[in-house]
Amino acid sequence: MPEPRDLDFPSLFERSRPGRRAARPPRHGEPELEQLLGDGQLRERPPRLPEVSELDLVRHFTQLAHRQFSIDGNVYPLGSCTMKYNPKVHEEAARLFQELHPYQAPETAQGTLQLLFELQRDLGALTGMDAVSLQPAAGAHGELTGILMIRAYHEARGEGDQRRAVIVPDGAHGTNPATASMAGYHVIEVRSDERGEVDLAALRDALGPEVAAVMLTNPNTVGVFETRILEIARLAHDAGAQLYYDGANLNAIVGRVRPGDMGFDVVHLNLHKTFTTPHGGGGPGTGPIGVKSHLADFLPVPLVVATEDGYRMSEDVPRSIGRMRSYYGNVGNLVRAYAYIRSLGLEGLRRVSGHAVLNANYLRVRMQQAGFTVPYERLNMHEFVARPPEGVHTLDVAKALLDYGMHPMTVYFPLTVKEAMMVEPTETESLETLDAYAEALGEILARAKADPEYLEGAPYRTPVRRLDEVTAARQPVLAYPFASDPES
Amino acid sequence: MPYIPHSQDDVRRALEAIGVDSIDALFDELPSSLLNPGIDLPPAMDETSLLAHLRALAAKDSSAGPDFLGGGMRRHFIPAVTPHLALQSEFVTAYTPYQPEVAQGVLQATFEFQTMMTELTGLDVANASLYDGATAVAEAALLAVRQTRRDAVLVSRGVHPETRAVLATYLRPLGVAVETLDLEGGCTPLPASPAEAACVIAQQPNFLGVLEDMRGLAEAAHAAGALLVAAVDPLSLAVLRPPGAYGADVAVGDGQTLGNPSSFGGPSFGFMVVRAAHLRQLPGRLVGQTTDAEGRRAYVLTLQAREQHIRRSKAKSNICSNHQLTALMATVTMAALGPQGLREMAAGSVRQAHRLAERLRAAGARLPLEAPFFNEFVMATRTPPARLRSELARRGVHAGVPVGTEYAFGDAVLLSTTELVTDADLDALLAALRDVGELAGAGAAHA
Repeated sequence: MPEPRDLDFPSLFERSRPGRRAARPPRHGEPELEQLLGDGQLRERPPRLPEVSELDLVRHFTQLAHRQFSIDGNVYPLGSCTMKYNPKVHEEAARLFQELHPYQAPETAQGTLQLLFELQRDLGALTGMDAVSLQPAAGAHGELTGILMIRAYHEARGEGDQRRAVIVPDGAHGTNPATASMAGYHVIEVRSDERGEVDLAALRDALGPEVAAVMLTNPNTVGVFETRILEIARLAHDAGAQLYYDGANLNAIVGRVRPGDMGFDVVHLNLHKTFTTPHGGGGPGTGPIGVKSHLADFLPVPLVVATEDGYRMSEDVPRSIGRMRSYYGNVGNLVRAYAYIRSLGLEGLRRVSGHAVLNANYLRVRMQQAGFTVPYERLNMHEFVARPPEGVHTLDVAKALLDYGMHPMTVYFPLTVKEAMMVEPTETESLETLDAYAEALGEILARAKADPEYLEGAPYRTPVRRLDEVTAARQPVLAYPFASDPES
Repeated sequence: MPYIPHSQDDVRRALEAIGVDSIDALFDELPSSLLNPGIDLPPAMDETSLLAHLRALAAKDSSAGPDFLGGGMRRHFIPAVTPHLALQSEFVTAYTPYQPEVAQGVLQATFEFQTMMTELTGLDVANASLYDGATAVAEAALLAVRQTRRDAVLVSRGVHPETRAVLATYLRPLGVAVETLDLEGGCTPLPASPAEAACVIAQQPNFLGVLEDMRGLAEAAHAAGALLVAAVDPLSLAVLRPPGAYGADVAVGDGQTLGNPSSFGGPSFGFMVVRAAHLRQLPGRLVGQTTDAEGRRAYVLTLQAREQHIRRSKAKSNICSNHQLTALMATVTMAALGPQGLREMAAGSVRQAHRLAERLRAAGARLPLEAPFFNEFVMATRTPPARLRSELARRGVHAGVPVGTEYAFGDAVLLSTTELVTDADLDALLAALRDVGELAGAGAAHA
């Protein structure tokens, strides 16, 4: 008998047998498609989709689920990702609203429209912003929306040609510079100082009449609050630039301080972070944006408005940047975020940020005791950056953690810290879980000293071991290689 | 109860370890003028009151009854098994599969998704998903601009108006010109001189439901050195000629019709499938097959040098989160139905649309287009479209997506069918149309 581990996990295409199937749609007889659709419109051979029984299908996807770490199964302290628990009641909430069609008569969608209208208002209150669009499909999409609005604002003031650059700090998320490029800007990077904050002198030098915006995350990607934020806002505004808030780290401060009060002009939120809509293995996220009143005229269309005849979608935004996506937004996720805000209220959200910061500082202390160092010796916010001792690689520590059933922290980010480990435990983990995480890390360091080769070979107990990523990229196989490949 | 496990003792223990005396003290570095502003939020609700509140809201919505709404989203058959498998909590609560040893579930399912999309479209490489059909078209135009180094695109007016609006938003800041090709008889005429264009973008079936001459458009585009971007309904490809077979270089679209609820417009997912020659320009995540240290087949995110977390300002797109879970809904659905089941859905949908059109014509309705259509068509109306839609809704029928004035039909709506539309639903729509006075020879009293 071979060990199960020695076998390749079967592909769905290998489970396929001609003529099997799991589901049947209603039948309407076989129409004369050629006659109805015209010459040359039909495909000549069917797509090679799997043909499996319902039980085979269930086994396949259930076994795949077992080959997957998740918040529900594992501690998952990825920095800047806010992998907090996703409450089950939100799933029930979302199902109540999922059957609506975007083009049905608005009077038959008043409940959903009211929910969206109230969510616009609540997110505005929480961020200190005057107007909110729920449209963007993800954080990066919200960034693009916000930067395009800033662009339109400068154009309206006759400064569109002059302002060609966006400033981002060296520790910024990769989406910030990528967004600036997509909006047609070039990127100026400013360095951080020895306390992990934006270097004010460098910022002052970089600001000028060609700068359209400064994009910041606060707390920033090393988990440090930009304490001179009011000064930064003043400098940016004095130079005629707009201040953009990347909401990836809002979980640290939600309910306590607001980007709008700090002087930010635009903010995007990652509802899949702070407002705990599920990450779904990589999406769908949702990235609403909020703006100050001077930018409200540039919001994307449509917006939900309240009228005498009820709620409806309005395209009436005088200088709108246009549409950012089809329909109105990822409504399924907007419902979940609404449910979360309504469950917690302001006091609950303040407890979220308080305990998120408490847990992150506690885990930092425990990791320092276990032998890790931190580049910035100060209280951190919801996340912190650490490093393994000299001679131990972050990658090996991360892989060794997998054998404990624990997901690693974010590794090798931010780029400003060598061998960086960015850790964000979130408020929903217990101290016992954090203790166990730190103890596992301590054991791994001890093992690294005693038996370095062991660490380089980790993980050992996962469904597969380290992968050959070089061959994956050099000789890409990006779809199932069918035995015989007929011409399409 | 904001899902926080800490007892009072836990909080004390943690504060002691950190060396501060209260949670608020952790925020001492923040400018005091900013702390604790007045924030006006409704009071917290327990689970029971929350669900009661949400149910009361949902009760103000109505989605029941015969349904003929289309315009890019349609309520197709979703097998019961789909949400059970795709929404297992390991898939729902996982992050992006950056640690492949413990993410083979999401990675392999995504690889299988990519394979199915290449099969449906007849093209070589599919990414792991994009946000929606409209942003997928915009990303395809950007790909064509990078690939050809030209700075204009031609887009058919048959492409969904919201998609064209998104395209304009994305291209304007980059100085790429967008020229619109007017329709003739509901179809896109072959462009006379696409010489300066990076691509021609056409939708199949188009926004009006009409089937385009995609092969002709591909030839015209290629003759001028431009790419053909085909915006397609993936379900239609169970029966229609795949983009790879008519010469498209890029196929994009929205995947809602494959196993996802319409959710008032989102989330669905966008997809992009390209010829191998455009692989390095493809935006978004990509899963590849490889082996692990013991030689077992395994899957991993690959060719990441295209992406923002590696290339930053030089990335092909700023996309990070995609729409993995809704793409998984489609993967399970396609596997549940197989080629035959998917074909039956598409064919049933076509059959009901043609049956509806026939009955409407017989009842005196004016269907202004003669061209072959798929599962959606235009009907000219006497009543202004938004009012007609409301009048029909009042009679329990969801129908009548307004067709914009840019198409010059006067007042007109789109009617669309899926395989879920029964013959009794057709009766109900005709009765409702008679009742509102849309069909000749009958007035309100007649119903």
